[in-house]
Amino acid sequence: MAIKRRATTFLALSMTTALLVAGCGGGGESEAPAESELYKNPVTLTWWHNASQDGPGKEYWAKVAKDFSALHPTVTIEVEGIETNQLQRTRLPAALLSNDPPDIFQAWGGGEIREQVEADYLKDITDQVKDEVANIGSAVEIWQVDGKQYGLPYRMGIEGIWYNKELFQQAGITAPPATFDELNDAVTKLKAINVIPIAVGAGDKWPAAHWWYNFALRACSVDTLRKASLENNFDDQCFVKAGQDLKAFIDTKPFQPNFIATPGQNDPTSANGLLANGKAAMELMGDWNKGTLDTVTEDQEALNKFIGWFPVPAITGSAGDPKAALGGGDGFACAKNAPAECVEFLKYIVSPEVQKGYAETGTGLPVAKGAEDGVKDPALKSILEATTSATYVQLWLDTAFGSTVGNAMNDAIVAIFAGNGTPEQVVEAMKAAARK
Amino acid sequence: MTSTNPTLDLAGGASAPPAGPRPARRSSARAAETRRKWYEIIGLTTPAVIVYVMFVLVPMGFAFYYSLFRWRGVGPPTDYVGFDNYVLAFQDPIFLDALRNNAIIVFGSLLIQGPIALGVALLLNRNFRGRTLFRLLAFVPYVLAEVTVGIMWKLLLSDAGTVNAMLESLGLGSLVQAWLADLDVVIWTMLAVLTWKYVGFAIILLLAGLSNVPQELNEAAAIDGASWWQIQRHVTLPLLGPTIRIWMFLSMIGSLQVFDVIWVTSVPAVRSLGASATMATYMVDNGFFARLWGYGNAVAVILFAISFVAAVLFQRFLLRRDIEGAITRRAN
Repeated sequence: MAIKRRATTFLALSMTTALLVAGCGGGGESEAPAESELYKNPVTLTWWHNASQDGPGKEYWAKVAKDFSALHPTVTIEVEGIETNQLQRTRLPAALLSNDPPDIFQAWGGGEIREQVEADYLKDITDQVKDEVANIGSAVEIWQVDGKQYGLPYRMGIEGIWYNKELFQQAGITAPPATFDELNDAVTKLKAINVIPIAVGAGDKWPAAHWWYNFALRACSVDTLRKASLENNFDDQCFVKAGQDLKAFIDTKPFQPNFIATPGQNDPTSANGLLANGKAAMELMGDWNKGTLDTVTEDQEALNKFIGWFPVPAITGSAGDPKAALGGGDGFACAKNAPAECVEFLKYIVSPEVQKGYAETGTGLPVAKGAEDGVKDPALKSILEATTSATYVQLWLDTAFGSTVGNAMNDAIVAIFAGNGTPEQVVEAMKAAARK
Repeated sequence: MTSTNPTLDLAGGASAPPAGPRPARRSSARAAETRRKWYEIIGLTTPAVIVYVMFVLVPMGFAFYYSLFRWRGVGPPTDYVGFDNYVLAFQDPIFLDALRNNAIIVFGSLLIQGPIALGVALLLNRNFRGRTLFRLLAFVPYVLAEVTVGIMWKLLLSDAGTVNAMLESLGLGSLVQAWLADLDVVIWTMLAVLTWKYVGFAIILLLAGLSNVPQELNEAAAIDGASWWQIQRHVTLPLLGPTIRIWMFLSMIGSLQVFDVIWVTSVPAVRSLGASATMATYMVDNGFFARLWGYGNAVAVILFAISFVAAVLFQRFLLRRDIEGAITRRAN
C-alpha cells in the first residue's frame, strides 16, 4: 500500500514556511524612486506567468522580456512559467505571504485581487497607467479595487459556443441559434444525425459551471450581479432560477454520456477532443479555445475549415440583458515593493505593438486598441467583434466571487449535473462558503 | 605487535596503583564512560533530531495553530475561531464520504491484497523456471510512479478505453461500466487500481519474510510426513506472522493517507461529489482550491490524529509481541 505522507507534509510545510517567512517580512518598505531615477540603477525583475507549456505563448513572453531588457539595459528580467493551478493556488499565495514575492505576476482580477489589495500585497499603479487604461477601456475594471488600478490585462475575451459548421449543415441547421429555443431545436436536429450535440468537460467542474453562469447572466439583472460580486449577496431569486433553467436544459440531454467524468481540455477524450475531432457539434468555451482545440485535433486542416463561433443565445422574456456576456481575462500586477521599473514593464506588455505580437500567437485576444490586426483567425475575429459590441461583460462568476465561494458554487452546480443536487442547494452552498 | 604486548602488560602491572583509591578511580572512570556515551548519543542524534523537529514537529504544531483560524491564506491569520473548523468538517457530508472511502480502502486493501500477496509469495518462493521474471513482474507496478499509474488507468478505464473494449470482445458486454463516471462504482475502481499498484509491495515483503523461515524446519516437518499444505499452514505461516503484521501496519497507514493515485485517476468533479474523495484529496481541494487554509489545516490535523490513533492501537495490540521480542532479544 501507499506509504505517502507527502501530501500532508507538503501542506503543513508550505504553510509553515509561509508563516516563518511572513514573520521576517513586514519591515523595510522601500519608497518608489522618483521618475527621473528610472533605469539609473540595475534592477532584476522576477516575472511569474502561467504560460508554462512549451509553445507560442511561452516563447512570446520570453521574447517580450528579452526585448524590454534590450530597450532598457539596466533591467534584467527573470521569467518563470508556472502551471496555472500551481501558480494560483500554492506558489503565488505562499510567495505573497513571504517578504520575497515575484515583482510582476499573473493576476486574475475579481475577488482575488480584492483580497490581495486588502492584504496590502499590490502596488497602486493608478497614476502611472492612465494612458494604458484609456486605451484598453472597460476591461481594466476587473483589475480595479475601489476605483484604483492594481493590475492590467493583456488578454480578454467573452465566451460563447464553438461549433462545427459542417455538422450543423448536415443536421439542416441554417443559422447559429440566437435564442435558447433555437438552441434546443438544434440539439434535437443534431441528435437525429447521431452526433453529440454539446460536449461539456464537467469532470473539471468549471466547464459545467459556466453553463449555470450563463443562465444566471440571463436571469439576473446587471445590478444584481454587481452586488453579488461586491458584497457576496446571493439573496436574489434569479440565482435559483439559473439552476432551474440549467436543470431543465440538462434534462433535454444535450451533452455526451458520462459527462461527469469528461475532462475539459488537453486530451483526445476531453470535451475539447470531442469537438476538435468531429464527434460533438458544440462546446461552450472562452476565447482561448482555438489554441487548445489545435493541440488535441487529429486533422488541423479539417478543424480550421469547420470551426465557428457564436455568442451564447438569449432567453426570451428573461430579466438579464440579452447583449451581456460572460468573459474573463488574464493580467499582471506588480508587488507592493517591486521597483518602479515593474510598472514600466507592465505598460510595455500592454502597449499596442507588444499586444499585436501577442494576438499573432493565437493564444488569446488582445485588449489594447491598435492590436486588432494581429487577430487572424476568423473565429477569434468574431469573438473580438462580439466582445466589443457586448453591452456588459460579467467576469467569470467563480473569479468574481473569489475562490472560496467560487469553488463551493462550482461543486454545487456539478451536483446538479450529476443529478443529485438542486438549484436551491447551489445558493445555499454559496452563502455557506461566504461565511467560511 | 605480539612481541610488544607482554612488555606493555608488564609495564601496566608494574605501575598498577595500590588497592585503596582503586574503586574511586573505577567509578569515576565509569562516570566518564557514561558521559562519553551521552556525548556520543547527543552528537550522533542531534542532526536527525533537528531535522525531525524542524520538518515534522514544528510544521505539525503550525498546522494545529492555523487550524484554529478562519484564514484564506491572504495576510497573517487573525480571525480566531477555536475548533469551528473541526466541527464544520464533521458536518460536511463530503468529508464524511471521504472518511467512508478511506475506510473502504483500508479494509479493502487488507482483505484483497493480503490473500493475493500471500498466495503469490508462497508460489514464488518455490523453485521453478522463470521465478526471477515472475518476481520482477509482480513488483513492477509498485516501482512505477503514482502519476504514471494514474494516467495509464485513466486512459484504460475511460468509456471507450481498453478495459471496456476487452470486455466487449470477450463477450462480457454486460460488465461494461462507466468505471470513472458512475458515482457508485468509482471508489471500487480506485480500490482495484490501488490493489494493482501496491500488491507487489506486499509480495516483496512476504517473500523477504519467507526467506527468513529456516529451511531446516520445513525439512523436519517434511521428514515427519507433513504435506506441502500442512507445512505452509503450521510452519511457514506462523513464522511469517511478524512480516504480515508489519505489512498490515504499513498498508493501513498508507491507505489512510492515500492521495496521488486518486488525485490523478479520478476527475475533480467526481472527487468533489464525494464519490472518490479521500481525506487527503479533500484536504487539498478545500485547503488550496477553495482557499480555506485554516480549514485545510484542520482536515490535515484530523487526518494526522486518525492515522496516529490507528497506528498506536495497532502497535499496542497487534505489533506488541513483535516489538517485545525485539526488545527482549536486545536485553539478553
